[in-house]
Amino acid sequence: MKLDTLADAVGEWLRGTGPESDIVMSSRVRLARNVAQYPFVSRMSDQDRGDVERFLRERISSSSVGKQLDYIDVGRLEEIDRQFLVERQLISREHAEAQGARGVAIDGLEQVSLMINEEDHLRIQCMHSGLDLRGAWEQIRGVDDQIGSAVPYAYHPKWGYLTACPTNVGTGIRVSVMLHLPALVITRQIDKVFRSLHKISLAVRGLYGEGSQAMGDFYQISNQTTLGKSEEELVEQVGDVVPVLIDYERRAREFLVRETQQNVHDQVSRAYGILRTAQTITAEETMQLLSRVRMGVLLGLIGDVKIADINSLLIRTQPAHLQKLRGVELDTKDRNIERARYLRRHFEGGPSGSPN
Amino acid sequence: MKCQECDKQAVFHITELETGEVRELHLCEDHARTYLNQSESPEGDDDEKASGGGLTGPLTVGQTADELALLDKKACPMCGITFFEFRNQGRLGCPHDYVHFEKELEPLIANIHGAAQHTGRKPQRPQADEGSQLPEGTEELTTVIGLRRSMQEAIACEDYEQAREVRDGIRGIEDRWLPDAARDPGSPPAGPPTS
Ligand SMILES: [Zn+2]
Ligand SMILES: [Zn+2]
Repeated sequence: MKLDTLADAVGEWLRGTGPESDIVMSSRVRLARNVAQYPFVSRMSDQDRGDVERFLRERISSSSVGKQLDYIDVGRLEEIDRQFLVERQLISREHAEAQGARGVAIDGLEQVSLMINEEDHLRIQCMHSGLDLRGAWEQIRGVDDQIGSAVPYAYHPKWGYLTACPTNVGTGIRVSVMLHLPALVITRQIDKVFRSLHKISLAVRGLYGEGSQAMGDFYQISNQTTLGKSEEELVEQVGDVVPVLIDYERRAREFLVRETQQNVHDQVSRAYGILRTAQTITAEETMQLLSRVRMGVLLGLIGDVKIADINSLLIRTQPAHLQKLRGVELDTKDRNIERARYLRRHFEGGPSGSPN
Repeated sequence: MKCQECDKQAVFHITELETGEVRELHLCEDHARTYLNQSESPEGDDDEKASGGGLTGPLTVGQTADELALLDKKACPMCGITFFEFRNQGRLGCPHDYVHFEKELEPLIANIHGAAQHTGRKPQRPQADEGSQLPEGTEELTTVIGLRRSMQEAIACEDYEQAREVRDGIRGIEDRWLPDAARDPGSPPAGPPTS
């Protein structure tokens, strides 16, 4: 698979389609699995590591789902390519920064990814645009059944699927949605929302863009426990709370328009102005401003920008993407200049201008 | 913005939820690394922040220091990890640890999940040979981890006869669980070659 060809697409999580995609960026389900006859990853010898990588790669590629996947040898990738896969959410940062034999199998739509030798031997992930937890769950269940009929997953009748960390044991499932909640942030209600989520055993995290920077107003909600409930119950647990959060955010947006129309209009216009004219800009600031502009577009305060364009800029202005699109490696300072140039060029194109 | 631990520029901005409190962290690269290495998930991508939920806290109540010291030395016969190592790293060494350390892990797991019994899906077992029904749990297959270790030890001591015996034992188990090749390093892949 040529990574460079991926750079031209936005990837599943920013496709900007699917139900409620004005607020719900993506829905994701992940399963942690281990092969019974090997030690867990942190206790593997180099020999074990290579054996597990080959064993899983072969068993995956000979399954019917495997035939639709491309396999990438992550251990042999350059750092920038690993970073690129992290930005697309196809591998985790931990996987990118690990050592030794490891890989990832990805489908052409970038919905399915199977990480080998992450924290567990196998991490299966399925991601859908917008709010579609059920669809993601059904797809991943099929993938898991196919791989599981060829791989003896470590399993115990009492403890369920056995994982390297006891926080994942049982179902090994992590169900999450990525939400864009700018109005709840502006109206300072977000902390209250977090506290109530925590009370019902849901975890909230901010989203990081590149290595480090916080990505403005994007939050991931996921289940905190994995044992004692069925997979369906856990999918529902997360799924049930999403409509409530959507409702809160919508009401906060309405409130902003109704009560502080001028302020909000001013804020998003300024954000838009900076993006169109800056000469050097960090990834962090870009995310923050794009987040505000995204809200402005959804509120009808900015007319000539499409949501799909904003989503595309969210990923293309991240460091590895920026460098891949430019075709050269750049240091931080040059990246900030290139990022600003990329944004200016994009917005100069006018209403339907697409980056080139 | 400055790192809350030192004077460097803060580049990580983390929102964590702990015991119902929202915590905003602003950290430089170095301090963020330290912080993330402590916490369960080193990345926004994943989620296991859930974590903290017990791994770092006091383990079980009512244990004296001596008992704890003894427990720390207890090692898994398959992968060799001690309970002390697990407590330090927060990661188990192999699937058998859930059996070997069950008594110690049970309160920990119950604390994290509020439950101590799996009620979700069961794996589809690879088709075993006719007549031999594979059990639901993989305890038998897990013994291969220990056998492989003792085979390597036998080889290191140049006790090749012993090593051969152990190897045959491993094959016997693996043949039951993995009847269709791909078991033996060096055997041809079961499917089309990957590119
Ligand atoms: Zn610092
Ligand atoms: Zn062990």
